[in-house]
Parts: sequence; structure tokens; C-alpha cells
Amino acid sequence: MSCLDTIQAYAFRSLGYGERALPTTDFTFCQQATLIGSGLAWNIYFGVVALLAGFFLAIGIALARTSHKAWVRKPAEWLVFIFRGSPLFIQFFFGYFLFLSLKGQFPGLGILTSAWLGALIVLFFNTAAYSAEIFNGALQAIPKGDLEAADAYGLTGWTKFRRIVFPTMLRLAWPAYTNEAIFLFHATTLVFVSSFPAIQQKGDALYYAQYFADKTFNPFVPYPILAGYFVLLTMAIVGLFWLGSRWLNRHMPSSTGRWRAKFQVIR
Amino acid sequence: MCADPSTLSDALWFLCYLTTGKHLGFYASFGTVLLLLLVTAPAALLLGFGGAMLARSRVAPLSWIGKAYILLVRGIPDIVFFLFFVIALDQGFEYLRHRLLCPDWDQPVRQGNDFVVCDIAKLPLSSSPQWMHEVYGFFLAVLTFAIVFGAFAGNVLFGAMRAVPRGQMETAEAYGMTHRQAFWRVLVPQMWVYALPGLSNLWMVLIKASPLLFLLGVEDIVYWARDLGGSKTPQFTDFPHGDWRMWYFLFLLVFYLAFTRVSEIVLDRLMRRFTHGQAVAGGEAQRKAAMAGPA
Repeated sequence: MSCLDTIQAYAFRSLGYGERALPTTDFTFCQQATLIGSGLAWNIYFGVVALLAGFFLAIGIALARTSHKAWVRKPAEWLVFIFRGSPLFIQFFFGYFLFLSLKGQFPGLGILTSAWLGALIVLFFNTAAYSAEIFNGALQAIPKGDLEAADAYGLTGWTKFRRIVFPTMLRLAWPAYTNEAIFLFHATTLVFVSSFPAIQQKGDALYYAQYFADKTFNPFVPYPILAGYFVLLTMAIVGLFWLGSRWLNRHMPSSTGRWRAKFQVIR
Repeated sequence: MCADPSTLSDALWFLCYLTTGKHLGFYASFGTVLLLLLVTAPAALLLGFGGAMLARSRVAPLSWIGKAYILLVRGIPDIVFFLFFVIALDQGFEYLRHRLLCPDWDQPVRQGNDFVVCDIAKLPLSSSPQWMHEVYGFFLAVLTFAIVFGAFAGNVLFGAMRAVPRGQMETAEAYGMTHRQAFWRVLVPQMWVYALPGLSNLWMVLIKASPLLFLLGVEDIVYWARDLGGSKTPQFTDFPHGDWRMWYFLFLLVFYLAFTRVSEIVLDRLMRRFTHGQAVAGGEAQRKAAMAGPA
């Protein structure tokens, strides 16, 4: 089987298209690269959807935490505390078993036990909590002068938020938020190694890398391939966020080339 | 009392259930996790310090090695490193022993999908008792954690070394200290206040990475929670119950929440102590607070 055939057979294997059976003997480099790349579709799906949906919840939580009403503030604080204070790995396990027992009581909720929805929900809350912490910090850091200027122009309520508070918050939070996005994409690899089953061997990139490492007992090929894909993915995220930051700072003097991603290795 | 649990009242049933031998194993595995954290943290700090020193080196190739070590962990999920190192280290050790102990072995080590070394090079030896296998597995896990978190720590320490004001080093040079003296006597004592926020964060990340021990084949809390929580039928146990895994993992969730919260409080205190009397914003705020207070 030539490499082109392999790509045809396995390029969309992680989504359930193409050759049904995974390779079992004579693993070639091409097979490993194709299948692991195919699995990357899941990582991108989880990352993109959770990040986009989590963004809105995060803003809601960050604003709720600045509220003076305890019944608004407290739930937001608890959500952030629970999702930032415990390991994502345990959250996946707990979420999965919670969904399983819900399924036992309400069979209609069985859909939650599948990874595409259940794991997405966990990731959504997790990234929302971490992002809310970032946005909250940015809200605190909005220059006092900006808010006073808004007051002087007679801006109040929603208009003030939309025109002044929100754009400034986003601009201040952007470098840290880039970092969070990278971590979210890295965290998506935990979905299938923990609790959520990969139905019909439709798994993410790490799932296939682990499959090959187990079969060949040679970690020196699949994991570097996986690492290469993730380096590329990380570079793509950084590039996209750089474009975003240029757009956010388009009205600022000498904004071009001044942006630097905050390259932390930990979140 | 616990001989026939089916006759017991609910409270006593739970008392007996929660003290079965397997549950005691579960409680002991919390010790395993704490031990991992206690051993890994200093080991990672040491590796990180080495990495940061290499990255600062004035010899270009050395500094490239240090920087590559620090930068590699960025861009690649840490779990990939965990899964990679735990096999790679094992095979590496066995290969080294194989070359040393069986020099006249002429077959290749990789035969198809097998990794073959001579019998006396195996780690641990196939004749060794079960606890040796467990200790070796734990040792590999600790080493893996230390390598990955060493790179994280290296990044933090490298940044902290650069954050020490340039004037401090210039003063040291003006006093005629050598490069090495200035490094150990001026830079290292002062860098900790800049490193502590990053290291605190790292400790939190380390705590939150500790359940990944499960993936490295150690019988840790996740292993036991899955094992004990699964539904049990009366044929195999005196304590039949349904699927309780949700409650076991809820317990683990609460355990980690408490652990991270306590760590946060302790680290805050530590930070206050470290910034005391230092020429940074935190130390200045403490000085002002002390002056403004009742004298």
C-alpha cells in the first residue's frame, strides 16, 4: 500500500470515514503520520468550540464577580474555584460518571456520555473558569482615566460597557488569553485517555499515538509525530491571536509589531 | 462485627465498608500521591535550576541545550511527555544495562514490534518480588514528572535570574567578584522573590497533574477510585453496591480542592515573608503598612 493509498484510507478515520480496520502489522511511518493527523480533527473541534462558547460564559462570570449582589457574585466565585482548583483529569472522570448515572435515570440524556458533547461540556466550563480569572484581572486593570473619561462623555450602562470597558478589557487580557487558548488545545488530549470512550476507535491524535506506541512498543516514532503536529497547531493559534491583537490595537499609536505573546509555559 | 454485613444497619454497614482492606489501600494511595509531590518538587527544582544555568551559559552550545530543554515543553501537551518518557526511560535503562551486561549479544534490540534485551538486563529482574516492580514503576513516574516539571521550573528560574536588577550584578563586579562569585552570592539569593509567583503557580500545576500517575501505571487514587466505585455483585463481595464511581470521584474532586486551597494560603504567607524587606512593590507595601500602623 503506497502512502497515497494510506492517506486516502485513513485521512478521515477519526471521523468514521474510510478504512474501518486500523493497521495491525507492519506499521509504516506514513500510516502513523496519517492516523495521528486524522485524530487532530477532534482536538481542533474540542478546542475551537469550547474556546468560542467559553469566551462568552467567561465574560459573564467575570462581570458577575464584580457584582455587589452576593447571589450573583457567589455562584461565579464558586464556579471559578471548583474548575480552577481541581485537576481537569478528575473533572473528566467525575463528569463522565455523573453523565452515566444521569443516563441511568433519564435515558434521554444518554447523549451526554458521548465524548463529542460530554467532554465538550467539561472543557467548556473549565476554559470558561480559567478565562474568567484572566478577564477579571483585566477588568481590575482598566485605567481609571478611561472610565472617568467615559463618565465625562456621559456614557453609561450598556454603551459604556460596549464602547469602553469591554474593548479595553479584551486588549489587556489578550496576551494571557492567548496562553489559555494554547493550554486548552493541549488539554483536549486528555479526553480519550481518561474516561470518555473512543467509540469504534474514533479518537483524537493522542489516542492514535498511544495505539501505535502500544502496538509497536516503540515510543520514538508516534510521540514525536504527535509533538510535531502540536507545535504546528500552537504556531497556528499564536498566529491567529496575533492577527486578533493587531485588530484590537488598530487604533493605538504604533501598535504594529509591539505585541508579544506572553509565553508562559504554565497556566 | 463486619463478618456478615447484610444484617448491619446503614451506619455500621458504611463503617465496615469503608474499612475493608481495599479501602485501606485506597487511603494509602493518597500517601503515594503526596510522596510523588514531595519527591518531585525538589527534583524538578534542581533540574530546572540546571536548565536555567545552562540557558544562561556563555558557551553557545550549552545555552542552546538549556534553551531547547526549556522551550520544548511549550507547544507540546505535557501528557505527551508523560506517556513518552515513561516508556522511553524504561527502554533506555534496559538498553544501557544490556550493552554493559551482555556485550556478546549479537541480535538487534528491536525485533519487529518487540523490544528484546538479555534476561539479566531486564528492569526489574523477572525474578524480583512484586514490590520491586511497583517501586521501579514509581521511580520511573517520579523521574518523568521531574523531567517535565524541571523544564517548567527552568523557565521560571531563567526569567527570575533575568529579573534581578542589572545594577546588583554591576555592583558585584565593581567589588571585584568573579562571575561565579557574583552568580552564587548576589544573583541566586535575590532571584527567589522573582521566582516565587511562578514557582507557586508551578506547584499548583504539579498538584493538578498528579492524577496523571494513573496513566503511568502506578496504583494511585484514580486507579482505586475506579476499582472500588464500580458496581459489585453479591457473588464477589460482602458489600454489594451499584455504580458509585461518581461519588468516589466527587471525593477526589473535593480532596484536590482542599489541597489546592491550603497550598494557596500557605504560599501566600510564604510570599509575604519573602518580599519582606526586598526592594520590590510587595516589600514596599509592607513597609508602608508597617509605618502607617500604630507606631
